[in-house]
Amino acid sequence: MSEAYGTWLDIGTTTQIEPGSARTLPVAGGDEIAVFHTMRGEFYALVNTCPHKQGPLSQGIVHGDSVSCPLHNWRISLRTGEALGDDQGCTPTIPLKIDSGRLFLLREAVIPGKAPPLAPALAA
Amino acid sequence: MNAPAGLDLPDPPRERLVVIGNGMAGCRAVEEMLERDAGRFDIVIFGAEPRVNYNRIMLSPVLAGEKTFDEIVINSTEWYAENGIELVSGDPVEHIERESMSVVSRSGRIEPYDKLLIATGSDPFIIPIPGNDLPGVVTFRDLDDVERMLAAAELGGDAVVIGGGLLGLEAAHGLSLRGMKVTVVHLMPTLMERQLDEAAGYLLRQELESRGHTILTGANTKTIHSIEGRVAGIELEDGTRIKADIVVVAAGIKPSIGLAKAAGLECERGIMVDDHMVTSDPDILAVGECVQHRGLCYGLVAPLWEMCRALADYLTDTPSGYLGSVTSTKLKVSGIDLFSAGDFSGGADCEDIVMRDASRGVYKRVVVKGNRVVGAVLYGDTADGNWYFDLLKKEEDISEIREALIFGQAFASGGALADPNAAVAALSDDAEICGCNGVSKGRVVQCIETGAHSLDAVRSQCKASASCGSCSCLVESLLALTLGGKVESGPKTMCKCTSFTHDDVRHLILEKGLKLIPQVMQELHWTTPDGCSSCRPALNYYLLCAWPGEYEDDEKSRFVNERLHANIQKDGTYSVVPRFFGGITNPKELRAIADVVEKYDAPMVKVTGGQRLDIFGVKKEDLPAVWADLNAAGMVSGHAYGKALRTVKTCVGSEWCRFGTQDSTGLGVKLERLTWGSYMPHKFKMAVSGCPRNCAEATIKDFGVICVDSGYELHVGGNGGIHLRGTDLLCKVETEEEAMETCIAFIQLYREDGHYLERTAPWIVRKGLEWIKAQLFDDPGAIPALAARFRLSQTFWQVDPWARRAAGAHRNLHSHLAEIRPLAVENA
Ligand SMILES: Cc1cc2nc3c(=O)[nH]c(=O)nc-3n(C[C@H](O)[C@H](O)[C@H](O)COP(=O)(O)OP(=O)(O)OC[C@H]3O[C@@H](n4cnc5c(N)ncnc54)[C@H](O)[C@@H]3O)c2cc1C
Ligand code: SF4
Ligand code: FES
Repeated sequence: MSEAYGTWLDIGTTTQIEPGSARTLPVAGGDEIAVFHTMRGEFYALVNTCPHKQGPLSQGIVHGDSVSCPLHNWRISLRTGEALGDDQGCTPTIPLKIDSGRLFLLREAVIPGKAPPLAPALAA
Repeated sequence: MNAPAGLDLPDPPRERLVVIGNGMAGCRAVEEMLERDAGRFDIVIFGAEPRVNYNRIMLSPVLAGEKTFDEIVINSTEWYAENGIELVSGDPVEHIERESMSVVSRSGRIEPYDKLLIATGSDPFIIPIPGNDLPGVVTFRDLDDVERMLAAAELGGDAVVIGGGLLGLEAAHGLSLRGMKVTVVHLMPTLMERQLDEAAGYLLRQELESRGHTILTGANTKTIHSIEGRVAGIELEDGTRIKADIVVVAAGIKPSIGLAKAAGLECERGIMVDDHMVTSDPDILAVGECVQHRGLCYGLVAPLWEMCRALADYLTDTPSGYLGSVTSTKLKVSGIDLFSAGDFSGGADCEDIVMRDASRGVYKRVVVKGNRVVGAVLYGDTADGNWYFDLLKKEEDISEIREALIFGQAFASGGALADPNAAVAALSDDAEICGCNGVSKGRVVQCIETGAHSLDAVRSQCKASASCGSCSCLVESLLALTLGGKVESGPKTMCKCTSFTHDDVRHLILEKGLKLIPQVMQELHWTTPDGCSSCRPALNYYLLCAWPGEYEDDEKSRFVNERLHANIQKDGTYSVVPRFFGGITNPKELRAIADVVEKYDAPMVKVTGGQRLDIFGVKKEDLPAVWADLNAAGMVSGHAYGKALRTVKTCVGSEWCRFGTQDSTGLGVKLERLTWGSYMPHKFKMAVSGCPRNCAEATIKDFGVICVDSGYELHVGGNGGIHLRGTDLLCKVETEEEAMETCIAFIQLYREDGHYLERTAPWIVRKGLEWIKAQLFDDPGAIPALAARFRLSQTFWQVDPWARRAAGAHRNLHSHLAEIRPLAVENA
């Protein structure tokens, strides 16, 4: 996997998200983000909105590396954000990395159009 | 430090190569060097451990008593002497002085270098919890650790291993062979989750448990407890305490970069090296677990060998370059065959090929992407592991052998056998097809030729594939071969993950005593690693219905409404419906609802069709508080979100109405008190009307009661939804007790037979009213038996899910992980 360069936001530990589920991060003035933990122990971050009618993807059933939207059951790839099967649409993904059990999101992707700051501002 | 020019020296002084780390990579690099140009360097190796170089991966067999230390030594003292290598053991290097190009060891020894090689390996990751430094807490990295474990095992007792990865499981295996009682505590839900998927992890877990290990997954260690300064046990996040005389921490490793960092070399997770293993200082190289190459750090030996080759090539002026490695893993625990390679986590453009053979305990999964193998997980039969790994590393195009790929090299490599049907065609007539029922290929073909043209027909005629079903695909191949593609399609399967129907799955869950979702998936040959959004909720329900009190509900296999006990609405907010038993309420309840609406700013309250009040627009975060307030007024969840009993609609009946023949409201309340909280294949609605005027619309409910002068008419299978269906009259009874008993027997029959997401109306159409009547009335013992099973299940399920949540259970589901705000400067 290629490394994305930039500032990384520490959003918490891997143990805070149960496998097979997701948790959300509201972004002031931006799109809410959903961080998923698959049954196989992988983590992905996506904007928490289904490309169909904005369903909260974080609330869907996670299987394999996809999530089924709770509103109309579109299946969205957690890797690419793309709708799978016959549906068309895409949800933005946010680069995520794990270091020593902590989760980091690429700040520039979380808050688009902002210059990289000196230190992350984060209220837990 | 070249020889001064102009002097006539017979032998120019050789360059000095100093190696820090007498481990697997450090010594291998030196061996590779010697092979290419033995005279090139004067070599000094520093080792922190007071011993010669040994095979670290064999520490597990040493711990298990399968090997002695002498047997795992790679290079003896003589080797160092013969090759003129100076080994400084038990004396770690403490500084690298790049200015003067020398290293300083703990004992104060200063050693100048021309080229320095760092091969310091990794340090075990010590989990940051209280008690991690107590005597009796050990890691698993070197021989000293093994000796500490052996000393503890001498005394017997309990061992806790924190970490269910490769190392942890090998430690557990060793300690248990040495007579300790072992508990493995693993954070993730799946053992060895980095190498295995859920299905293989399940098989591994089963095997280890059958060997007497206790395996706790999803378990986060909070503290290590001590008694009199020695380790005594651990405590998990959820409060569980486990006794321990020794705690082995095998929670991961981190590259040992302290020296390099202090010397100012560029480091991220590991020491940064280029393709020739050169660090940011051209005179300093690094190999092994301590390095980071193209963004990756490795924790296995195979990549080190490749690194050492590239390094030696570079030092002997024939640079080749290291391009990174793909790795494979095996678990060195005797009797467990397990293989994993590459990226098996799949993905949008990947295809999983899964084969499960429950009778042999075999699981194989090969992940294919664009006609290339990118990953493989094998459990139980790893004979083809190396073949898959080879295909993977060589990136071979497998389109020609794709169909037979999963059957392994023997099937796939012969051109003629590339078609799986051809493989079956090649079998002799007396080859066994169905192991459970001992049916040969000849017998199956004979059946097909004499008229059995579908899988089902074959099953009923000769029993092939009628038991565990693992040979279904073989039978299907035979059908295709014999009939030339004219196979009749059987009944619809549960979903694309399985070839079984809902009925088959329910039946097999009971017959084989399957009690966990991964177990069902393994035993019934699921073709996907962890199912999909249609089979997971169905399996969760079937298991819950089959094993009341035993099966632990799987939240993550539930649709969001049931997970959050509220209805998700189009804008992502939730609506909340408290129960009004029989449609009745009182001022206290109404006041509580009014207060909740105000306090949480709910934009709307609506009277529902089922005689209740629905509070709309509640935020996920507010749900627990809303429930707590409603609970405080005595109300419980209305399950308006669930595949469960919803409402019991009533009219006013004999108490108030001039036509009423019986107390319909009272009966409605009793029915609801008896049945609330029970999960079903789909939503389930009831109604009780006090006379045939039927004001409660009982004839379009799943179960409806019409009170008449002489007693109660019981109606079933009505539906007011998309496909309007009036009820069928089931029977007439004389007393309330009979009405209630028949009601719960009917519900239980539906619970045990209905397909998930099949309401009673289509269920009755499918089974026929006569079948249902026969089930209930032919045998006088049937109703009491069904009713007893229902009551038993209710003892576990008639609990208010709101109360548990309001008390703090699963708080995570409601709260945000964190909140992200732009910095003040950004706002400016
Ligand atoms: C119990 C066990 C089982 C394993 N099983 C397998 C397996 O089955 N398959 C597999 O592929 N891999 C396995 N591994 C991993 C494998 O052993 C490592 O990948 C490999 O040993 C790494 O080699 P290395 O030279 O980078 O590090 P090491 O072999 O750890 O060598 C580093 C050496 O550097 C020394 N050192 C550190 N700092 C200093 C210093 N300042 N001065 C002097 N010396 C220093 C250390 O004492 C150590 O001897 C296993 C590891 C363990 C612990
Ligand atoms: S169903 Fe009969 S008893 Fe009930 S309210 Fe209507 S008329 Fe009255
Ligand atoms: S909003 Fe996600 S499927 Fe419709």
